[in-house]
Amino acid sequence: MATFLLRRLGHSLLLLVLVSIIGFALLNLAPGGPLSQFALSPGMTQADLDRIAEQMGLNRPLPVQYLDWAGGLFFGDWGASFRDGRSVLSVISGHLFATLLLMAASTIISVGLGTLVGVLGATRRYSLFDQLATVGAMVALSIPTFWFGLVAIYVFALELGWLPAGNMYTIGDQSLGDYAIHLILPSVVLALVNVAIWSRYMRSAMLDVIGQDFVRTARAKGLRSQRVLWRHIIRNALIPMITLAGLQLPTLLSGALVTETVFTWPGMGRLFLDSLNYNDYPVVMGILMFTAILVLLGNLAADILVAAVDPRVRLE
Amino acid sequence: MTERLRVQDLSVHFRSERREVQVVHDLSFTLEAGRTLALVGESGSGKSVTSLALMGLLPPPPQSRTTGSALLEGRDGADLLGIPESRRRRLRGDRIAMIFQEPLTSLNPVHSVGAQLVEAIRSHRSVSRRAAWDRAEELLDEVGIPEPAARLASFPHELSGGMRQRVMIAIALALEPDVLIADEPTTALDVTVQAQILDLLRRVQERTGMAMLFITHDFGVVADIAHRTVVMYAGRMVEAGPTEDILRRPLMPYTSGLMASVPLLETAGTGRSELATIDGFVPDPAAPPAGCAFHPRCAHNRPGRCDVPPIAVEAPAPDRSIRCARWRELAEEVR
Repeated sequence: MATFLLRRLGHSLLLLVLVSIIGFALLNLAPGGPLSQFALSPGMTQADLDRIAEQMGLNRPLPVQYLDWAGGLFFGDWGASFRDGRSVLSVISGHLFATLLLMAASTIISVGLGTLVGVLGATRRYSLFDQLATVGAMVALSIPTFWFGLVAIYVFALELGWLPAGNMYTIGDQSLGDYAIHLILPSVVLALVNVAIWSRYMRSAMLDVIGQDFVRTARAKGLRSQRVLWRHIIRNALIPMITLAGLQLPTLLSGALVTETVFTWPGMGRLFLDSLNYNDYPVVMGILMFTAILVLLGNLAADILVAAVDPRVRLE
Repeated sequence: MTERLRVQDLSVHFRSERREVQVVHDLSFTLEAGRTLALVGESGSGKSVTSLALMGLLPPPPQSRTTGSALLEGRDGADLLGIPESRRRRLRGDRIAMIFQEPLTSLNPVHSVGAQLVEAIRSHRSVSRRAAWDRAEELLDEVGIPEPAARLASFPHELSGGMRQRVMIAIALALEPDVLIADEPTTALDVTVQAQILDLLRRVQERTGMAMLFITHDFGVVADIAHRTVVMYAGRMVEAGPTEDILRRPLMPYTSGLMASVPLLETAGTGRSELATIDGFVPDPAAPPAGCAFHPRCAHNRPGRCDVPPIAVEAPAPDRSIRCARWRELAEEVR
């Protein structure tokens, strides 16, 4: 277990260095750059621009800039936003809660509903329900998230007026119920694709297990069919799903980016887009590194969890 | 002899793509207390389907349809094929139990051996967790697993094939069933382990007096364990009788063919040990040959006799039966 953790930590660090180099290079190779917006200001001279570049350390060679930034990352100094000078970590943490809230809500919906649909589809294979679920999953996977978000806003916010069209809370209200009402549309929209994916994987995992010899043994023991289903079929079918959940994390994060934009949700996804528009490189890079760490941690957690529930798996 | 299970006219139909195919035809036999009946035949002869039908483990209608009766005697006596699933579930694993051919995959990999044993006990008896674990330990000891207390916590992948089959037997014996169905329980095991498992089953039977239905294709195993033998071909009984009689004087050419395909120690290494085989394949149940289903593969096939239905079941001796159009002539020839 200890050697496993050490090795994984080593791999993760290597991966993070690679992500940081690629991200940094891509961002700085792109046309424009942090100075381009100052250049548009009236009366701005080249001497002024040079002075700003000097102040922001942007006139140094790129490798030097990278090493300076990456070294800071390592010691917890993630730099300051170009926009308002606040530290990148505090900017990110200010948006973290909203994103985690959205992701948690949508994960609960997608795992819960996806598991249910998958289990029912597998136990009632080729039934009307199963066929509808199959078609439904195809449709959900084909619709772009932003389009579904806009339709949801049009129907439930504008036409029916049941739910708010965006934001995380009503200014001046901020009660728990107020948060909940605002959470419904974006979390459902974000969950839609994942329900489809999760239910398909769950269905095939179930079918894999249902045909196994030990399920026949369980029935031969005279167990109630509910016990066979839960303890012998679903228990085993869920194991590969843990790994899938870890792998789905990046999809969830990029889905959150679109969803947060459509629903003006004050989370990291929207912060990322805004920061890109402002050429706020430190925040963009900070979010990139933060999500990379989150994904790596998610996968590590998934591997540890699989080892905990499957006695055949040893971490070494 | 006390009857434990009387199977009468068991037929099984499978439905595939709107066609119904009969895979077991009017099979009848009786299991007696303390005795073992072997059901012998090649793969595809319907012997495993027969056992799954008795257990009620075939897919529900309309995918499969089972007719006939299987009367379980003794307390909780019932017709296994006539009672609703809810009642049959309570008998399954309790009065009638089964062990399978594949010990490596027949145990759930994520639950401990103890948990799987205890589950079998507690699903039929309202005993305390503690008592069930004690009983589980006792059972492991009974089936010859060393350090039973420690093995309770083991997971199936930590045990060898032979040990896993012993665990399966312990699970099947947990509630001292009246009837045990063993579907090729030694086929997947090493020869030495095979002998140990057969020995174990025999000892348990002597102690508990359970009736055993032993399914196999191996006449060596039949000779070792079975009191009576039913030979099946293409879903039908073709020959039945006391194992000794059948081994000494098989009447049906198919039976002799199966017996000839078992290696014999006496001829080993003499250069005459080449194994006999039966040419051809078991017929497709969707398109069985007319008359005797074995006639296309039979060396003694006579057109006009063997391919004309129906072939009647006859009784050459009081407790023997045979389904062969030419058994009388063939018996003369041998003599």
